[in-house]
This record gives sequence, C-alpha cells and structure tokens, in this order.
Amino acid sequence: MHYESNVREPLILGDKSYTDITNDVARPIETKAPRLWWIAFSIALTMMLWGFGCIAYTIGTGIGVWGLNKTVGWAWDITNFVWWVGIGHAGTLISAVLLLFRQKWRMAINRSAEAMTIFSVIQAGLFPLIHMGRLWLAYWVFPFPNQYGSLWVNFNSPLLWDVFAISTYLTVSTVFWYTGLIPDFAMIRDRAINPLQKHIYRILSFGWGGKAKAWQRFEEVSLVLAGLATPLVLSVHTIVSMDFATSVIPGWHTTIFPPYFVAGAIFSGFAMVQTLLLIVRKIFKMEDYITIQHIEMMNIVIMVTGSIVGVAYITELFIAWYSGVEYEQYAFLNRATGPYWWAYWSMMTCNVFSPQFMWIKRLRTNLIFTFLISIVVNIGMWFERFVIIVTSLHRDYLPSSWAMFSPTFVDIGIFLGTIGFFFVLFLLYARTFPVIAQAELKTILKSSGDSQKQNHDPNGAH
Amino acid sequence: MAHTDNSPLIRAIYTDDDLVLSAVKTLREKGMKIKEVYSPFPIHGLDKALGLKETRIAMAAFMYGLFGLTVAITLTAYMMNFDWPQNIGGKPSMTWGMNMPAFVPILFELTVFFAAHLMVWTFMIINRLYPGAKEQNPDPRTTDDHFMIEVHSVKGVMDVLKASGAKEISEA
Repeated sequence: MHYESNVREPLILGDKSYTDITNDVARPIETKAPRLWWIAFSIALTMMLWGFGCIAYTIGTGIGVWGLNKTVGWAWDITNFVWWVGIGHAGTLISAVLLLFRQKWRMAINRSAEAMTIFSVIQAGLFPLIHMGRLWLAYWVFPFPNQYGSLWVNFNSPLLWDVFAISTYLTVSTVFWYTGLIPDFAMIRDRAINPLQKHIYRILSFGWGGKAKAWQRFEEVSLVLAGLATPLVLSVHTIVSMDFATSVIPGWHTTIFPPYFVAGAIFSGFAMVQTLLLIVRKIFKMEDYITIQHIEMMNIVIMVTGSIVGVAYITELFIAWYSGVEYEQYAFLNRATGPYWWAYWSMMTCNVFSPQFMWIKRLRTNLIFTFLISIVVNIGMWFERFVIIVTSLHRDYLPSSWAMFSPTFVDIGIFLGTIGFFFVLFLLYARTFPVIAQAELKTILKSSGDSQKQNHDPNGAH
Repeated sequence: MAHTDNSPLIRAIYTDDDLVLSAVKTLREKGMKIKEVYSPFPIHGLDKALGLKETRIAMAAFMYGLFGLTVAITLTAYMMNFDWPQNIGGKPSMTWGMNMPAFVPILFELTVFFAAHLMVWTFMIINRLYPGAKEQNPDPRTTDDHFMIEVHSVKGVMDVLKASGAKEISEA
C-alpha cells in the first residue's frame, strides 16, 4: 500500500469509510430535493422557456429580429457561442489533463466539471444553428451525397473545421463522461429500493459488476480517452479562434489568437466550475470532498490563466503598434478609447485585475470572495468576446459604413435562455447522477483520506 | 478465466482491498484457480496479482485512429480535389498534397473521433455492457464497500480463505 506524506493536506476530510462515500454520493439522488433546489430550478426553467420562445420567434420571423446590421453581421450570437465553448473547456481540462498529470484532487470535481462541459457545449452549439436562419437545413454543414452537382462542403473553411471540432468534442466528452459514470450508476442500482429507480439505474449502468478484467480495461480506456481529449480540447478552441484569425479583418487577423483563446477558455471554464461547485457543495453538503484545498487549487489556475490572458491583451496592443499597419493600430485604439471603451475596460478590469487578488492566500481560500470573483471573471470573459467581435467590425473601412450594435430583446432573451437551459440541465443532473466519481475517489481514501492519514506514522515513515 | 471447470464455486466476501490482494496472492501461490474478483473500485496491482494479461485496448484505439485518419484523407481528397475541385480563396486544389495544410484540423478531428468512439464501443462489447444488461456482480454489496473472490471448490481452499480474513464464505 502506498501512503502519502503527511505534509500533503488530506483530499477527503472527516472520518470516512468506503460506505460513507457511497452514502454521501447517493444522498442527493435518494432524498427529496432541498427547497433551494426547487427555487433555482423554477428560475432556470422560466429563463429557458423564455429563451425557447425567443428562438422560435427568430426562426419564425428571421434573423432580422436581432440587432445585427450590414456592418455588424456577427454580434451576440457568436459572442455567446465562443463564451459557452470556452466555459466547457475546463471540464475536459480537469478530467483529462489533470489525469495525465496524476493530480488526484481532480477526483472530487471531475464529474461535475465534465457535466458542465457537455451542457455548455450544447448551449454553444445552439447559436450557429439558429444563426443559420433556416434551421431545417442545418444538415447541410455535413458532407452528404446530394443532387446539386454533387456539391460538397468546403474543407478549406475554418467554419467547417468548427463543425467537425465541436461535433467531435461534444460526442467524445459525452462518452468519456458516460464511461466514468457506469460504475457509479451500478452503485446506485445496487442499493436502490424503489423498483422503478432500480430499473432506471439498471438500464443506465449497462450491467456493470466490477470484475477485475473490466476494471483493468476501464482504467486503460480512461487513460487513452484522457490522452485523446487533451489535444482535442486544445484543438477545439484553436479552431474556434481560427474562425476569426484566418479572416482579414483588422483586430481578428492575428497569430496570437489560438493560445490566447485557449488560455481564456480555461480561465472562464474554471471560474464557472467554481460558481457551480460552491453551490453544489453547499446544497448537497459535499464539504468533506470538495474542500477548501480544491477551491484554492482552482483559484490558482484562475490566477495563472488570467495573467496569461492579460499578457495576451498587452501583446496584442504592442504588436498592433509595432506592425506599423494603420488599420490594425486604429482597430486597437478604437477598442480602448472608441465608443465601446466601456466594454474594453470592463474586460480589462474583470479579467486582468480581479484574478490578481488570488495571490493572497486569505482571499483565495475565502468562499464568498471566490464566488464573487468567479462571477466577475465570467462577465469579463463574455465582454472579451464581445469586444473582439463587435469593436473589430463596427467601424468598417469606409466611414459611411460605420455603425453601432445594440441588442434587441430577442438577443437578450436567447442569451438568458441558454443560461436557463444550462442550469436546468445541471440541476437535473445534480439530483439524478452521482455528482462525485465515487469509485475513483475510493481508490485514494487510504492514501489521501483524513482519518487514514492520522492512523499511520506521523513521522511519515512506513 | 477457467471456463471448463465445473466444480462448485465458493464466494468469499472481504471488507478491505489489502486483504483481497494478499488473499489472491496466497491462493495463486497454492495453485488454486480464482474465477473472478469483484470490487467497488479498481484495486491497484490486482491485475498483476491475478496474472491477467495486459489489455490491448490502447493498441485497438491506435488502429481505430489510423482508420479515422484514412477516412479523413479519402473524404477530403475525393470531395475537394477529385470530384469537384474549385479555386477557393486561392488555395491550391490541384493535388491533395498541396491542399493538405488546410485539411489538418479535419484530419486531426476525425482521427480522434474514430479512435475514441470505436474504442469505447469495443470496451462495451468485450465487457458485455449494454443498456439494461443484468448486473454482473452476484452480491450488490460489491459496488459499495465489499469485495468478493470467487474460487473453484478444491481441497484446502476453505482453509486458505478462512485464514485470509474473509468476512463471509459461502458456496454458490
């Protein structure tokens, strides 16, 4: 048996046994929902239905109901798309990259982070679909044999790369998540008393029985999926950034975009994980598993990626000046001092200044402060995408084409609707799925559990 | 493991993974066949102790990835350079090789797509996992905090199991 040094803080607090973990993970599924859950669910459901109404109105009437004009042809829709995809990235990062790096603290949070990935990529996927206007022709983005020539999709186009990247990302994340869920569904199945519940979890658990050979393959599959998901997650946001970077619009046509977008994605994704997990640990009493140490680790990731994003902003400004290209220089000057200055400085404040507080240990271990910063970071990252998209477009080459963008109630409604939809999915998940990868967590109980750590030699010898 | 052996099964239940590991080692040293071990989580080193062969599923995933890459090359070459080549944004479409840099994202995504999905399908099939399948573990406690060793009933096996710290021993 491998014991961990006592210098490392325990990852599981309290005097826990294997059964305690089982009970704690099964409790939200087997008990009635707390009142707070119902309140949150009602709000989210209302927002979702309002958003669906706005989507129906858009499809029924046309894209003209949005605030777009001939100069600003992309605005909130693509902003929201990039924002949601970015949020999704933290889930894969936690489950895949931290698995490859053998970071055991990921085990308490990876399940929920992956759920967040899948639910936010669903929101992201909605925007390109409804922006097509004619939703029923959405299958035209795939290469299918047809009678128009045959006319094929254009594999040279970054927009098509995006189709392949997002589809691959969504489906691979889903199977990665589901494979990990199978042993945990089996645990719920084996203790279910209600026959209907037992039946449902029997279907979901695929008959898993925890045989030795099955576990051996399971661990290999998890490792290979992590190895595949790691470059995948980097490729997805790289390709999203290429939607902009391969164009010739000043402010978009920059080679820094791929790493800059990926760092921003991790940054916003971790902030969203914080927002969600601080709520989950409180409502479902998971404080012993999602500890202050977990929160602190994530805050450090937020601080580092926030600083990378800050360096990227400054590099962009420098390169705009250094390039000597007048259009490029104007694009950036206009961002910071033009009519959208407030968006630019909101972005700067939220993304570059606010994470710097995390250098102070007392602040990064403070839950309320962490929660506030996580919201601020997500607002900032939304503004980042808005600034990149709208301020690069709104002052076209000809001053006669200069325009401003203002969202209509439909733009706002759809955005709020996706937030509602996301929380509806997440809240349903939190009540019906094992929110902690309990099988995986049990493997570290002996090495990183609080009670077990106290039992063996305090001098670290064993 | 041994499928031809028709001797009755003995099931021993444990509550600690270290006991399981040492029991498996003792049983194997004495030359007794272990049919199966059920555990709520992967026990580190159990596959070696049981003498299981290394899984080849990673190699399968590599093959599936190569297959995905082939599909992607075929797809892009046929559609962009053979069936209807067009001049798009001045990108050379005369040969696939010249056009290839623009296809790198597609080649990568399809490689990952095929490798991941086919590997998971393979995993489900070889472990006989499918929606609604009957649970494979004979005792429901083995997904919570209990562990089970299934052995064929041969002379002396009871003594070994009793000495190994098993909580319950029963004949199936």
